[in-house]
Formats: sequence, structure tokens, C-alpha cells
Amino acid sequence: MDLNLDAPHSMGTTIIGVTYNGGVVLGADSRTSTGMYVANRASDKITQLTDNVYVCRSGSAADSQVVSDYVRYFLHQHTIQLGQPATVKVSANLIRMLAYNNKNMLQTGLIVGGWDKYEGGKIYGIPLGGTVVEQPFASGGSGSSYLYGFFDQAWKENMTKEEAEQLVVKAVSLAIARDGASGGVVRTVIINSEGVTRNFYPGDKLQLWHEELEPQNSLLDILNAAGPEPMAM
Amino acid sequence: MSQSSYDVPAKGGFSFDLCKRNDMLIQKGLKSPSFLKTGTTIVGLIFKDGVILGADTRATEGPIVADKNCEKIHYMAPNIYCCGAGTAADTEAVTDMVSSQLRLHRYQTGRDSRVITALTLLKKHLFSYQGHVSAALVLGGVDITGPHLHTIYPHGSTDTLPFATMGSGSLAAMSVFEAKYKEGLTRDEGIKLVAEAICSGIFNDLGSGSNVDICVITKGNKEYLRNYMEPNPRTYVSSNGYSFTKKTEVLRTKITPLMERVEITEVTGEAMEE
Repeated sequence: MDLNLDAPHSMGTTIIGVTYNGGVVLGADSRTSTGMYVANRASDKITQLTDNVYVCRSGSAADSQVVSDYVRYFLHQHTIQLGQPATVKVSANLIRMLAYNNKNMLQTGLIVGGWDKYEGGKIYGIPLGGTVVEQPFASGGSGSSYLYGFFDQAWKENMTKEEAEQLVVKAVSLAIARDGASGGVVRTVIINSEGVTRNFYPGDKLQLWHEELEPQNSLLDILNAAGPEPMAM
Repeated sequence: MSQSSYDVPAKGGFSFDLCKRNDMLIQKGLKSPSFLKTGTTIVGLIFKDGVILGADTRATEGPIVADKNCEKIHYMAPNIYCCGAGTAADTEAVTDMVSSQLRLHRYQTGRDSRVITALTLLKKHLFSYQGHVSAALVLGGVDITGPHLHTIYPHGSTDTLPFATMGSGSLAAMSVFEAKYKEGLTRDEGIKLVAEAICSGIFNDLGSGSNVDICVITKGNKEYLRNYMEPNPRTYVSSNGYSFTKKTEVLRTKITPLMERVEITEVTGEAMEE
């Protein structure tokens, strides 16, 4: 079993950002892997940049931590100089400057989300390479592959805060079910004019999808229960 | 036009002069010497009153045990200690360097060091070397904001956790923690759990072995329990003691201790005056 514990720490990841009527909801799983070993099963991939802007990190753990630390520092200075809270667009742009100008050395995809008084709730996706795209909803990381079709069907304009959060939790949970590199718990951050709310959904409390088993205390219970049917063509 | 050569004064930094020659030798078939790695099991956990760090004591050079009783728990500050796995030289160098930086910072600010300061200094250094400084660290300490435990990977990423393991024996140790850790452990429960996790690494991982070192850090106090447990004693020791073969006559015996004990006596008297 080749675990390769020396592999760089990467966040397999599923990260999501969704706008709703009045703000944004950011969501992420919590698995950080080194090769085939889960180095941290409860990591927090949604990092604060300012009071009103947060970023979801994916890709190389080291690269994304360093980029968000730099941008937090720049935004702090910018806020002091400006005399007002920084806008989401400026935060996204600063991330983009670092990501684009160092594209050869960095390997990190980020989703910036927040609320400001000029534009309201906004989501900006900044994938590998350093493009910045303003989107009503964005997903990233290895688990996002399983969510493109889901979001096309499920995202609606002018959702309420509760609907948006439920959508995010459902999406991350679906991705965790199918992507080996995503797992653990679901963390969400809701940002609107009133402030920021952090929520936490433990992995065993999520809805079960197709062929997923209930959490068991003993292997004997699983062995004695009827097994899933073998795959048929 | 005369070609004159002159000595360029040595600039700082790495000298690449021998790289071509080394590559040529490797191509010719020379096996380059492997560096001293600490195979290692290192762990840390947060208990009720602070942080407990643990480590094994085996340092390996390829398949050989180079040091049977090395110290892997490094001092960073009076209230912060750091366990190191990976290349022994790298972990020593990086922890010593950050330890000095922290001391200078303490003089400048007039305050006790914070764990997050050590974390930022370490992660900045390791990230700038892009993973080539092979040091995987478990950093723990208690400062004015409370107890903290962090893991730092060679590429510069960090995690903050209530319990953590690193090194080749990390899987063995993590299985013990995942089974038995709970919040609010007492000091004795915590030490017992850490010792169990390190023993799991010592007995199940080839890169870890020998003794268990433990360091308990609480608010305002630290205890470095060197060789807390020695589960691998040398069982068969010759009772004759040391002797020469084939009836060699010993003419003279001189024993020079390698570590000198120096006694410092303070001379009380008047201060020097001009």
C-alpha cells in the first residue's frame, strides 16, 4: 500500500459558493489528503479575508494558505487607507493578481464570496491560471466535477437564505458521496448585510444517498444485513 | 590582450561549483550518501490544562540506526516546544533558527512568545524553500491566548488540531488517538495516551524505535520528561565488562569524558571602573 506520506499536502476538496437574495453562502468539505492518507479530517477551508469577505481554498494547501494570508494583509492595509470595508470585487482582484502573476508556481483554485454595500452578495471564481469570473454560483476542487449538472438544474434566482444553505449542504454532501478526495464534515458560511454566520454539519448527520449505508457501530451488523446487489450491466 | 584572472570574493548563498561534478559521478555509478532521517513517530495532544508532546528517539540513515537515543523534541521558547520529523539536519536547523528569531522578538516586544508567531515564522521559511527543506513539525505550546497545537508540513501548509501525529509512524499513532482521545483529559491520562501512541509507532513502524520522550506544557510551567519510558532496554549485557581479546595486556587506562561539566563560580567584588 503506497501511501506516499511525503506527497505535498493537497486538499482534494469540494468547494462551493452560491448567491441568494440578500447575500452569499459558501460551503466546503473538510478533507486534506497527503497521497492516500487523510492528513486532516476536520480542516477549515473557508478562510476569512475581511469582516465581510471570505475565500474557499482548494488545490495545494500550502499555496492556498500563503495566498490568502498575503491577500488578508493587503486588504487590511487597503481598508485602513480607504476608510471603509473593502469590496468583494477588490478582494477577488487582489487574489487574481497573485494567482495570475505566479501562475507557474502556484497550484490553487479559489472561490471568493462576500457582501458589500455597493453590489450586495457576489461570488467570484478564480481557478488555476488566474482568471477571475463573477458568477451567480461557483464550484471548485476535485468534487466539483460531480456538481455541474446538479447546479444547472437546482440553482434558482432569488432563493431565500435557508434554501440557499440547504442547496449548498446537499451539493457538498453529494460530492462527498462520489469523490474519494472529499469527506469529513460540511462547513458553511453565510454572509449578508447583517453579518456572518458559520455552520457545521457533521458527516454522519448528512442525508444518505444511493447505496450509502447507515453509520454502524459493528462490522457484524453490516455483514449480517442484506448486502447491496452486485453491479449488473 | 592579456587575459588576467582574479579571485572574485565569495558571495553568500549556495555554491553550485560542484554540482556538475556530482552529477557526473552519479552517472558513473557512485551512490550518493543518504542523509540522516528521523524515521519517527511524533505526536501532540491538547489536554485540560495545556499541551503534551511526545516523540520516539530513533534516528536512521537508510536501514541503519544512526542514533538510538536522539532528541526530537526541540526547544523553541520557554512555553513552546516543537517535535520534528524528516531530515534531522533540516528539523534541527529550522527549529534553532526560529527559536533565535523568537528570542529576539521577545526582547523587542517585551512579551512572552505566542505559538502562532512560531507557526508563521516556520511556515514562511518552509514555503519559500518549496518543500526542499524536509521538515515535518508538530508545534505545541501555551501562551497568553491559551493552549495551541499545530502541524507544519514540508511544503509550508499548516493545520490546527486537538490531536496530531506526524512521521513514518503517524498512522500507527493516529489509530491510537482516534480510538482513545477525548476532550478534557487529565495530565496523567494525557501522558498515558501519548506514551501509548508513541509505543504503537515504536513497535509497528520500522523507522521508529527506542525510547519515549514526553514534554508537558501548561500555563507558566513546562516539564521535559526525557526518556519517560524505555521499552527497549539492552537485554543481554556481558557481565565481564569491557576487555581486550587474546590476553592483551592493558598498560594504561585513561577515560576522557566527552561532555565536560563546567562549574561557574561568580566572583563577588567591586565592579570594574575606568
